[in-house]
Amino acid sequence: MTATGIGAAVRRKEDFRFITGKGQYTDDITRPGETHAHFLRSPHARARIKSIDVEAAKAMPGVVAVLTGADLAEDKVGGLICGWMIHSKDGSPMKMAPHPAIANGTANYVGDPVAVVVAETLDLAEDAAEKIVVDYEVLPAVADPAKAQHKDVPQIHEVAPHNTIYQWHLGDHKATAEAIRQAKHVTKLHIVNNRLVPNAMEPRAAIGEYDAGNESFTLWNTTQNPHVARLVIAAFVGMAPEHKLRVIAPDVGGGFGSKIFIYPEEVVCLWAAKRAGRPVKWVADRSEAFIADAHGRDHVTNAEMAFDADGKITALKVKTIANIGAYMSTFSSSVPTYLYGTLLSGQYDIPHIYCEVDAVYTNTVPVDAYRGAGRPEATFVVERLVEVGARELGIDPAELRRKNFIRKFPHQTPVIMAYDAGDYEASLKRALELADYKGLAKRKRESERNGKLRGFGFSTYIEACGIAPSQAVGSLGAGVGLWESAEVRVNPTGSVEVLTGSHSHGQGHETTFAQLVSERLGIPIGNISIVHGDTDKVQFGMGTYGSRSGAVGMSAIVKALDKVEAKAKKVASHLLEAAENDIVFKDGKFTVAGTDKSAAWGDVALHAYIAHKFTGAQLEPGLKEGAFYDPTNFTFPAGCHLCEVEIDPETGNVTIANWVAVDDFGVVINPMIVEGQVHGGIAQGVGQALLEGVVYNADGQLVSGSFMDYTMPRADNLPTFTVGTTVTKCPGNPLGMKGCGEAGAIAAPAAVMNAITDAIGSENIAMPATPAAVWAAIAKHHKAHEAA
Amino acid sequence: MPAVKLIVNGKPVSADVDPRTLLVQFLRENLRLTGTHVGCDTSQCGACVVHVNGKAVKSCTMLVLTADGADVRTIESLATGEKLHPMQEAFRENHGLQCGFCTPGMIMTAVDIVRRKGNDLDEKTIREELEGNLCRCTGYHNIVKAIAAGAKAMAT
Repeated sequence: MTATGIGAAVRRKEDFRFITGKGQYTDDITRPGETHAHFLRSPHARARIKSIDVEAAKAMPGVVAVLTGADLAEDKVGGLICGWMIHSKDGSPMKMAPHPAIANGTANYVGDPVAVVVAETLDLAEDAAEKIVVDYEVLPAVADPAKAQHKDVPQIHEVAPHNTIYQWHLGDHKATAEAIRQAKHVTKLHIVNNRLVPNAMEPRAAIGEYDAGNESFTLWNTTQNPHVARLVIAAFVGMAPEHKLRVIAPDVGGGFGSKIFIYPEEVVCLWAAKRAGRPVKWVADRSEAFIADAHGRDHVTNAEMAFDADGKITALKVKTIANIGAYMSTFSSSVPTYLYGTLLSGQYDIPHIYCEVDAVYTNTVPVDAYRGAGRPEATFVVERLVEVGARELGIDPAELRRKNFIRKFPHQTPVIMAYDAGDYEASLKRALELADYKGLAKRKRESERNGKLRGFGFSTYIEACGIAPSQAVGSLGAGVGLWESAEVRVNPTGSVEVLTGSHSHGQGHETTFAQLVSERLGIPIGNISIVHGDTDKVQFGMGTYGSRSGAVGMSAIVKALDKVEAKAKKVASHLLEAAENDIVFKDGKFTVAGTDKSAAWGDVALHAYIAHKFTGAQLEPGLKEGAFYDPTNFTFPAGCHLCEVEIDPETGNVTIANWVAVDDFGVVINPMIVEGQVHGGIAQGVGQALLEGVVYNADGQLVSGSFMDYTMPRADNLPTFTVGTTVTKCPGNPLGMKGCGEAGAIAAPAAVMNAITDAIGSENIAMPATPAAVWAAIAKHHKAHEAA
Repeated sequence: MPAVKLIVNGKPVSADVDPRTLLVQFLRENLRLTGTHVGCDTSQCGACVVHVNGKAVKSCTMLVLTADGADVRTIESLATGEKLHPMQEAFRENHGLQCGFCTPGMIMTAVDIVRRKGNDLDEKTIREELEGNLCRCTGYHNIVKAIAAGAKAMAT
């Protein structure tokens, strides 16, 4: 390992601009003649728009345009789509309702855009929006996914009777039911995976610009995937042909999935820019983000886990209702199906699994992928069942896990996924050591003496990421492939630019990708630029989410580097007047094998471009190679998170006393960055378990509408984390990487809730386990035991 | 439109402003100092922290007119040319940032914590003092490390 190569904790190259305030986020960019857009949004969860009067608004000072859904429809702008087809058990396709970028006729959730004002300043746009008169006929709404399919509940979209989008299933129904019937013990749980708002610190923003001379558009957007945005806006929304639309994702301040999707606002900014003849900028307020960004999670599940007399799991049956919200967002259909049901085996050898998922419409903000996307939900179900099962069976939770771990690889689960390699026992063992599990009993007694309750929670998770083999996901309904692209451009002076289809919005690609290139080519890391985020510069790429930039993005770079090395050797062979097969490339030097004849990287690069040592017939000049890498399988990071809590029964306050994570991410490029990813993921998982939760009232009003009511994790809610790794190389890609971005968020909620239920001795508590909820659970538990 | 006069990063500035203009808007839009960020609308997140007359203030919660006559310092004032402030250096050295959006506010708050609490900061103090600064990326672990290290470095 070199100081700047694979495995080194290289300090980040991108940090300079961020720590000095020189970052260029979308709102930092100003276009000449820029106007500002403000959306008028429905204050009702469901309402017919009888009329919209914009005349008074148009007359307000500084107003450039006031546009409605009718204007959008008249201009034949296409609607937004969900790009992943899911079929129901009966073979019928999912019921995808039309989704115009501005509501036309009916508003279906609080936040649904009903008009947009474009003005000289944001203040003037907001002033004018207050003058728009909308005549709403308020209609009954449904917000609760558990109620959405009931008979007496309003049908939100014509295409979806009983508000049911699909009824999907996976696994063997009969075999699973039979195994449960014959089981020695069945653990049953009702689980709610609470709805969350991703809340990246940078609010979403878009600037749309139209060049009338070239009949082309430019969009600056807070997107995790500029090319995908371009494709959808061109091919489905129909704003412009692909080659006439440039999408630029500058510095983006966090995404966590919420910035994958193609939203109404960027479509409207482009459309309004053409109509107004001036650039149009929109930036979300934070409370606007609560009703405009896709939410996450929101599952209601009933699950049963069957055990035999030895504590071996014999079957798992899961029925989930997944809330999709008012419209199907870009990837929404895939999250509760192929990113969820397929992980229900967890780390365990479970012979029979059956999973049913009903996806439903409600009059709430659309729901889509949020860090973990389906895998936190699956892990929570499995790890809670194992925890409760252990308690019910009287078996130590570590022991019960050991009894059931998969030990032989590759392992084909009953739910599509075939795990390639892993050692779950190793992570558990290491984690238990680091967490001083042996000393737990003593610490519990100590807490008790101090009038506190201490609990210990396990989460031995596995997830599928490195998303994904294109043919496989295509056969499961994906409308796109999930390969990744890279182009390595060597310059005549020997510096290198890597154009990657991945996108960094916090992950540090400018550093980690450069580490790979530095080690491979033997050149200083300062001589390497990583270019991303601009569809005019970078070839088509699928973007960053699903922990794929290492496993898929970097694999594409490796392939391109292979080609660069091969071509460079050809150039070197001419330069050194030797046979190509005799050229050895090592540590940035080309040597003729068995001699001391050599050429430095810089010389070879220059000669590739001056082309003096070979003819055009012998070799093409230049040194630039591209590659597209399609993964052969998902990757399967796995590990063990252990959470120790201390609870004050007087207040219900939960303090995390210790957190140990031992994760297997395969080969690690930069351990500092990997730890940072785990820290951030754990924090979001702890947020879900203890603090966060979207609250809607029965009428579909969003009650938790800002940071005042939605509790974000703060520094004093969290401990320092002990983070370690074990390494089983991923056999599926050239670098052996599995990916690490989501693991913390996937593992954490179960670890926290298992610790709390261990402490209070009751399963009767839901996320978020706020002090009030914990206090009530303790009180209820005491009462039940007094009565007994 | 009323006039406002203040000193920003050592330079006198004056302008006529809409009285509704927040200090953060003035900095970002009038002066094009976009290092200070807006992350929320309820004064919770701290991405907008600057120093006004030597104290940390959330610039989203202050009208620019109330900063009339004040000495305002933003993130852009910390480094001198290529030479970083020790707190900035500590954030880089300790991986105290990922997406960078909360970072200017974090660093400005951190410098103010040192002013008030000294150079020897323990973990508990730092975590409590960060109540007004949200980060969604880092889980705070490395931010706490960075601030402790930066505080020590500021003593020399």
